[in-house]
Amino acid sequence: MTRQYLFSGFGGQGILFAGKFLAYKGLTEEKQVSWLPSYGPEMRGGTASCSVIVSDEAVGSPIVSNPDVLVAMNLPSLDRYESSVVPGGTIFMDSTLIERQVKRDDVDVVAIPATALASENGFPTLANMILIGAILEKFGENGAEGVEKALGKVISAKHADMLEVNKKAMQLGAGFVK
Amino acid sequence: MADKVLMKGNEAIAEAALIAGCRHYFGYPITPQTEVAAYMAKRMPKIGGTFLQAESEIAAINMVYGVASAGYRVMTSSSSPGISLKGEGLSYLAGADLPALVVNVQRGGPGLGGIQPSQSDYFQATRGGGHGDYHMIVLAPASVQEMAELTVKGFELADKYRMTSMILADGTMGQMMEPVALDLDVQPAPEKPWATTGTKMAREHNIINSLSLVPEELEKFNFDRYERYKKVEENETRWEEYMMDDAEICIAAFGIAARVSKNAINQARKEGIKVGMIRPITLWPFPKAPFLASTAHVKQYISVELSMGQMIEDVRLATECKAPCTLVNRAGGMIPSPEQVLEAIRKANQNGGNN
Repeated sequence: MTRQYLFSGFGGQGILFAGKFLAYKGLTEEKQVSWLPSYGPEMRGGTASCSVIVSDEAVGSPIVSNPDVLVAMNLPSLDRYESSVVPGGTIFMDSTLIERQVKRDDVDVVAIPATALASENGFPTLANMILIGAILEKFGENGAEGVEKALGKVISAKHADMLEVNKKAMQLGAGFVK
Repeated sequence: MADKVLMKGNEAIAEAALIAGCRHYFGYPITPQTEVAAYMAKRMPKIGGTFLQAESEIAAINMVYGVASAGYRVMTSSSSPGISLKGEGLSYLAGADLPALVVNVQRGGPGLGGIQPSQSDYFQATRGGGHGDYHMIVLAPASVQEMAELTVKGFELADKYRMTSMILADGTMGQMMEPVALDLDVQPAPEKPWATTGTKMAREHNIINSLSLVPEELEKFNFDRYERYKKVEENETRWEEYMMDDAEICIAAFGIAARVSKNAINQARKEGIKVGMIRPITLWPFPKAPFLASTAHVKQYISVELSMGQMIEDVRLATECKAPCTLVNRAGGMIPSPEQVLEAIRKANQNGGNN
């Protein structure tokens, strides 16, 4: 099986980090993975996106043009990528920052007010991990030991205190899918 | 097999260089290869090596010349416009028969161009890049694992043949992260009796020089050098064949273009189209033999490139134009899509392989 993810949002929302977490999770589960960021003159507040592929087979092109899963963390991202999602795919979106509905009716939509939730719970920078929690729950992967291992990989020892906070954010997101 | 780690292609090059025993890095930042320099800046001081951000690309390549003269494994890295600046130094390295590793993580050109991925420095790399008769060994990785492996190989080949190896990657290969195993086999640098390491009053002076004002001598240097190049062509040509056994349509692609093409080939095979790929891993020496051999069953070649069509000339030369070769390309920082390649494969197939 191959799942292609596209993460998109503002720079600073943790788009690349979220993608990296999923790539590491795939790696610890002995899947083939690739992670490709958009790179460019964008700074904080500009657009950021990354392609992540997790597969049982060798990854061909690392570029995701038609994602199975779109994670849209702001309106420009949904506007730009909504039509590219494969039919039957899933769109996870931050409904705090995206006030409109998804127009398509052939995709699954999980809308979570991630930014508001993150602020209310005292970890304003973790809207990304709230959405990650929802993704894992949706695909039945939340219990996997890969989660723990992958968190250990993407959070440096220096910030080990953030481990529990990240897990809490993920649980919040998972709760929205249940 | 060691544990795999996720690394950017640029970081994998830097780490592999350290594993290969490179302790001298000189560079000047430029997108999309800056992570190479950043990694070196962080690691070199901790392991007793030298990281130096030069005042320019030209300064950096001449520092490489200096350290190579002393016999140490040394490298620099840059991206397209920066490589052009290094052109003079590349020619001098060749003229002085010095081993070095140069990395080009290409971006769109010409001129300052853009910062998105490209393969449009193919001519520059495979034809030498600077003035005079010379070649570099040009290695084209198509995965982060190969970024690491070919970096080690690049140092080894440079030492073996006393010439420059170039890693010719692109922005995608540099920026993407993939799992990489770093338990790399490394041949340590050989003895370099020609190096300028001090005579200790025990031998004649070694002289490293690319100036030679006696034409008879300079001619001999050129002929001798090309004898070495012949050995490189005989022994070091590398490529990968994918589904070529029964292929009637053959994709020629390297680096990221080969990755994209693989998707298209897999889809076309599901449609019953006999298509395969020859992926050059060394761009110089170009894998002429497998291309020529494939003309026995291939009716149509498709060169997939992130350029206006450069490698296609080598494909035509290698296949001696026994079958037509068409181009599928994007340029200026754009990347061909698998669909674009698939469409070209279908079209070639409709023509019975004859375009």
